[in-house]
Amino acid sequence: MKIHEYQAKQIFARYGLPIPRGYAASSVEEAEAAAKKLTQETGSPIVVVKAQIHAGGRGKGGGVKVAKSGAAEARELAQRILGMQLVTHQTGPEGQKVRRLYVEQGLDIARELYLGVVIDRDRRRVAFMASTEGGVEIEKVAAEAPEKIHTIHVDPAIGLAAYEARQLAFALGLGSKETLPKFAKLMSALYEVVVREDCSLCEINPLVVTKQNDIVALDAKINLDDNAEFRHPEWRELEDKDEEDPVELEAKAAGLNYVSLDGNVGCLVNGAGLAMATMDIIKHFGAGHGVAPANFLDVGGGANQEQVTKAFTMILKSPKVRAIFVNIFGGIMKCDVIANGVVAAARQLGLKVPLVVRLEGTNVELGRKILSESGLAIQAAASMADGAQKVVAAVRGGGK
Amino acid sequence: MSVLVGKDTRLLVQGITGSAGAFHAKQMIEYGTQIVAGVTPGRGGEKFEASGGAVPVFDTVAQAVKATGANASCIFVPPPGAADAILEAFDAGLPLVVCITEGIPVVDMLRVRRVLEGLQGKTRLIGPNCPGIITPGGCKIGIMPGHIHKPGHIGVVSRSGTLTYEAVGQLTTLGIGQSTCIGIGGDPVGGMDFVDVLELFQADPNTHGVILIGEIGGGAEERAALFLREKMKKPVAAFIAGTTAPPGKRMGHAGAIIAGGKGTAAEKIRALEAAGARVAPTPSDMAGTLASMMK
Repeated sequence: MKIHEYQAKQIFARYGLPIPRGYAASSVEEAEAAAKKLTQETGSPIVVVKAQIHAGGRGKGGGVKVAKSGAAEARELAQRILGMQLVTHQTGPEGQKVRRLYVEQGLDIARELYLGVVIDRDRRRVAFMASTEGGVEIEKVAAEAPEKIHTIHVDPAIGLAAYEARQLAFALGLGSKETLPKFAKLMSALYEVVVREDCSLCEINPLVVTKQNDIVALDAKINLDDNAEFRHPEWRELEDKDEEDPVELEAKAAGLNYVSLDGNVGCLVNGAGLAMATMDIIKHFGAGHGVAPANFLDVGGGANQEQVTKAFTMILKSPKVRAIFVNIFGGIMKCDVIANGVVAAARQLGLKVPLVVRLEGTNVELGRKILSESGLAIQAAASMADGAQKVVAAVRGGGK
Repeated sequence: MSVLVGKDTRLLVQGITGSAGAFHAKQMIEYGTQIVAGVTPGRGGEKFEASGGAVPVFDTVAQAVKATGANASCIFVPPPGAADAILEAFDAGLPLVVCITEGIPVVDMLRVRRVLEGLQGKTRLIGPNCPGIITPGGCKIGIMPGHIHKPGHIGVVSRSGTLTYEAVGQLTTLGIGQSTCIGIGGDPVGGMDFVDVLELFQADPNTHGVILIGEIGGGAEERAALFLREKMKKPVAAFIAGTTAPPGKRMGHAGAIIAGGKGTAAEKIRALEAAGARVAPTPSDMAGTLASMMK
């Protein structure tokens, strides 16, 4: 789960991580009031107006602007940014509508650094990555100047050790008497944020050193581990439904794994691996003919008939779907449950596109019987390849 | 002969009184697995009735092991308590722990993994978020449909449950049996890796060839490729799911995500092919690809 910069900074503040003073705003008036308040509190007329969307690269896309002369200018900037369709390298060409702003004090920046925390899957450790190249994407630094990235791996039995924080401090040129303790404290707070708040990613880019030698998190990005939702009831408040694909949200609420794609074949599959493989095989046979999967959908192993009906309804409702491929290898999932769900949804909404079904595994005979007795126009497939070829042919036939 | 589990495996089931635990414990018993104990804290002294027999339930894993001589555990405990259940099984000295549970926070698994490393091979962990392990005709630990399997000489190792069934179904249809099938799970941090399983298959005289099923995310397939190149002497057919998966999206499994441009199917396929594995062109050709190498 992704959250906004201002929400990540609120979490940072709870752990004592230094952040600039700032206020969230969802209207031009609120942004102006926030700027006024900031200029009074800091005695400086410089404020920064930042678009809040769940994607990086906001500055380059025109979503972050500096007002040098106080509240009136901040209001003008807010007017420009709020409601804009912000396009960054992470949003895709259609961009993301800006619905919220964060208005923040300006700082006297001396240096910009990078500090990120990830779960290193290969080492099975929390890894801190730091670089003197602040404000640049870390992937770019990794590709062009990997020697500029300094990494430490934290032993979960010990936690972050002081010497590890020192290693990074010296590598970043923060070894002075003034900056070393500040950086070490920040590192230790950041580690606490990651393990206590169940972050799968935590990134500060840039981490800045001010002319007053303070170290401040100028930006903040946190991704939360969806698996830990059960112990964080407060996450419900952090969720921003405007930033998510509405169909994916609907699926999540029904306990289904769903990802929207660009193609024209709706897929209903049990199991994540089989669902991915089903997408792959449709593309394999359909690539030359403009046929591709419209979605990834894993109904999971323990889905009941209502969930299957819901899943099939979502596919039937999608305007881009021109044929449907149901691919099931029943283990815990019983084929008759799938068949009943498909039939129920098709009866309710009507089946207007070709449907290819491949059933295998637990209760397969019963499932096939339910489908054949339903009176629906269903093409049965003998294997995954057979099903994929049939669904590709169905889309091509329908396009004539 | 087989890998890790067989007729002499004495299984205990953690979470045997829960709905998933009870359902699959019955299925395992029907398959022929010897379940000698169940563990549910607070339910010690009860009996778990299944297929005409009764399995004693204990409060702790240590008690169950002491009383029954169990030598493997299968865990169905829900995510909030699952990592703790794994640690309890480690502490009881069990040589094999299989965790089926899906949805364990990665921070919890980092701690589990750290403890596992400290055990230096005394205990093996399979999973979490996996279908389990089966030696066809001998012992089934987990949730896979037993009836699709057939005893034989092919090892199957996979990050995906249903895709394992797909491969096994294809093998059995071709009349090719399996020595042992192991689902290592779809989470970013877990127990046995492809390399750990390949080592066992390489050493097992009953395994003559291997199907390896990977997916996008992480570097486990690349490490497997390194092992294939340097140590593996048996034919290996592979399939990698997610060639068409968009970057940055979690594809069902917590571990199946292309992050920062790393972990794509294309990279993994290239590494495996360069190491001598034959990669099936479609998921429908996994068994056929291996069969063509065995001739």
